[in-house]
Amino acid sequence: MKREGEVRIPSGCAISGIFSKKRRLFSGEMAIDSIRVMHDRSNGLGGGFAGYGIYPEYQEYFALHVLYDDRKAKVETEEFLEEHFDVINLSKIPTRKIHAIKDEPLIWRYFVEPLRTRLMESQLEEYEYTARCVMKVNLHIKGACIISSGKNMGVFKAMGYPEDVGEFYRLEDYKGYCWTAHGRYPTNTPGWWGGAHPFSLLDVSVVHNGEISSYDANRRFMEMFGYKCTLQTDTEVIAYMIDYFHRKQGLPLDKVASILAAPLWSTIDRMEEKQKREITYLRKNFSSALITGPFSILVGFEGGLMALNDRLKLRSLVVGEKDDMVYMGSEESAIRILENDFDKLTYPKGGVPYIVKLEDQQ
Amino acid sequence: MKVNYFQSEYEVLRDKDRCIDCGICITECANEVHLRDKKGKLLAIDSKCVNCHRCVATCPVNALKIVKNEYCFRENYSWSRHDITNIYRQAETGGVLLASMGTAKEYPIYWDKILINASQVTNPSIDPLREPMETRTFLGKKNNEIEFDNDGEIVINETPFIELATPIMFSAMSYGSISLNAHKALAMAAKDLDILYNCGEGGLHESLYPYGDHTIIQVASGRFGVHSGYLESGAAIEIKIGQGAKPGIGGHLTGAKINKEISKTRMIPEGFDAISPAPHHDIYSIEDLRQLVDVLKEATDYKKPIIVKVAAVHNISSIVSGIARSGADIIAIDGFRGGTGAAPLRIKDNVGIPIELALAACDQRLREEGIRDSVSLVVGGSIRHSADIIKAIALGADAVYIGTSALIALGCHMCRACSMGNCNWGIATQREELVERLNPELGRERLVNLISAWTVELKEMMGGMGINSIEALRGNRLMLRGIGLNEKELEVLGIKSAGE
Repeated sequence: MKREGEVRIPSGCAISGIFSKKRRLFSGEMAIDSIRVMHDRSNGLGGGFAGYGIYPEYQEYFALHVLYDDRKAKVETEEFLEEHFDVINLSKIPTRKIHAIKDEPLIWRYFVEPLRTRLMESQLEEYEYTARCVMKVNLHIKGACIISSGKNMGVFKAMGYPEDVGEFYRLEDYKGYCWTAHGRYPTNTPGWWGGAHPFSLLDVSVVHNGEISSYDANRRFMEMFGYKCTLQTDTEVIAYMIDYFHRKQGLPLDKVASILAAPLWSTIDRMEEKQKREITYLRKNFSSALITGPFSILVGFEGGLMALNDRLKLRSLVVGEKDDMVYMGSEESAIRILENDFDKLTYPKGGVPYIVKLEDQQ
Repeated sequence: MKVNYFQSEYEVLRDKDRCIDCGICITECANEVHLRDKKGKLLAIDSKCVNCHRCVATCPVNALKIVKNEYCFRENYSWSRHDITNIYRQAETGGVLLASMGTAKEYPIYWDKILINASQVTNPSIDPLREPMETRTFLGKKNNEIEFDNDGEIVINETPFIELATPIMFSAMSYGSISLNAHKALAMAAKDLDILYNCGEGGLHESLYPYGDHTIIQVASGRFGVHSGYLESGAAIEIKIGQGAKPGIGGHLTGAKINKEISKTRMIPEGFDAISPAPHHDIYSIEDLRQLVDVLKEATDYKKPIIVKVAAVHNISSIVSGIARSGADIIAIDGFRGGTGAAPLRIKDNVGIPIELALAACDQRLREEGIRDSVSLVVGGSIRHSADIIKAIALGADAVYIGTSALIALGCHMCRACSMGNCNWGIATQREELVERLNPELGRERLVNLISAWTVELKEMMGGMGINSIEALRGNRLMLRGIGLNEKELEVLGIKSAGE
């Protein structure tokens, strides 16, 4: 049977996210508690978490989380990393042996900084340089997969139910101001850890529920800009589009949302002149980045979290706020388990992003 | 003694029991098939019949039928009746064989070997009757770089675009090759439908200037009817380099068709042949094309998108890549099954490649070079129905051109005798009494009906795939699967096989 990346596998899912606007740190257990409620929305073929603010002592370095199928892939990748980065620290990512998680690959973590000489030679800034290196490893080194490459953040994912994945990675030992969680329900058995969510590039991580019908149009568009969609998943291409528009083009996330889940023309036609001109301009010029079909996504980024639904709201998504805490989930039960007395409870409209940011960064 | 080496292709059968001897067939047939003998009895000269069905359609009692003449030569796989007859013809006349409409030869039709996807379980199909379904299409060069001003606002760098309510346009058919009434019907329908028609290379009749916002005006090698008012009149300008039915050669409108109005519109003398040279004599290379593009842009103040239309030939993807780098905003590719008013038969039947393969190759090539968004791709040449359009867009087209289908909607019966100028349906003729048979208002209505029906069908198929906007279908090749194709064909089309 073909592995994920060689074949496209649709999947349904559960997602949830927790965020403290005051940068209060809390452990990954909260995310586990939330996603556990939606056990039935996953089928044991993938689960994962992203935590932000978890590596304060190494916050100026890129944290690479890498999965290796075998030692050969590890040797080759480390050789590559040595050539391109200063490796400040490396270690196995601590895990706990549990019955539910089997056949684990080698799981390593590296804190790195681009080699100054190589960086200058490349004429790139450090984020673009790192992104390209990550894509190179994922594309060319067989059996190696860099699943996380941002600063002061990390992705933890595996085959299994998400609550077991959280336990496996000892997420109670990490404290962050933002966590996202994902339980996967693929329609096939890929048997591969790299295919689980979140999908992440640099600081941006995406958890996603849905199957988009625009996939190949989006993929072929992104490949023009050097993004290689090696996993063939919706989440991967969505993450690349966000990276392209937000990081590379400098577009604020709400505007990115108005490209990915563009308002209907009938809505645009009713907008006031300035907004109409701007949204028409974006939709016209980036029409290939429009996503159709059902999706709900949570996008984690440095200092913030965004929830977004497809234009027709074909997937459930709910957001609750209490004091400085924001809770997001596919189902209300997933956030009620953490907080039952919300100041505000919202079901974001289709195509309308819900963005929260750290108060000290606003 | 006169010897007929070959017999007529059709037989006109008259049911004597039904015929009421009214003689409408005589007046309706411009080919003079029907006549009365000395005793007043109705006869038919089969050899003049082109099988256009006008007499059949107008006979009040359904007394007429046209059937294939079953006479045959001795069977021979290598030498068909068609081949033998054409040799007799050329031996008799010494002339080049001419033919009209698209090739009739049995080449593979790739549209029919491609199947469309639909949603089941893992994502929902969308019901176009209940949910919004968008077909609005923009054609032109896109800006892939976003700029911000000092206040952090997005700078709106408008490039010239065409806006269409549905991704279908009427392709170039000149005034001369078709009648003014046909043009009027196309222009009015384009306006009603909020799409565009293309006036072709014969200039724009002054009565049609009010439809300029829905008109693509063409600049071809003959430069007929080109003046500054003409360039200003349309929504876009198309430089015609080639035509799918006859790549590499020009055109010839006989003097007999150059009446007063056509002479005025084309700006050439009445009664003289109008010859379009094979190449543009100011374009012998790609850098020359760039100059013509720039000249036209300069002349129209950079407000109108420039389309460059080429025929699909063997190295079409490099040609298209070259055009994309030469300032064109839109590239129209015409496949070898595309129609024509008249073309040498051997060229029509043997030169060029199918549009499906050309489109797939060009879209892929432009993406590999990272310049797909610097142009829009419009394809034409054998688009027969809405499913062809879905497949074309999923292969990578932005919109399609239809010519033959539009003419059929106007009444064309595909008899393929356009070049003779006796079109009984008032389409491919300049004879006043024939042109009058085509009522522009009725034609407009039929065209509007056709495109509206196709648009509904597009929406239904899109909805089935779970797609609610046409741009998410464009280049979405995972929505297609091939059937009965070999590996190489699948590779060129960039699609998987059914079952994969």
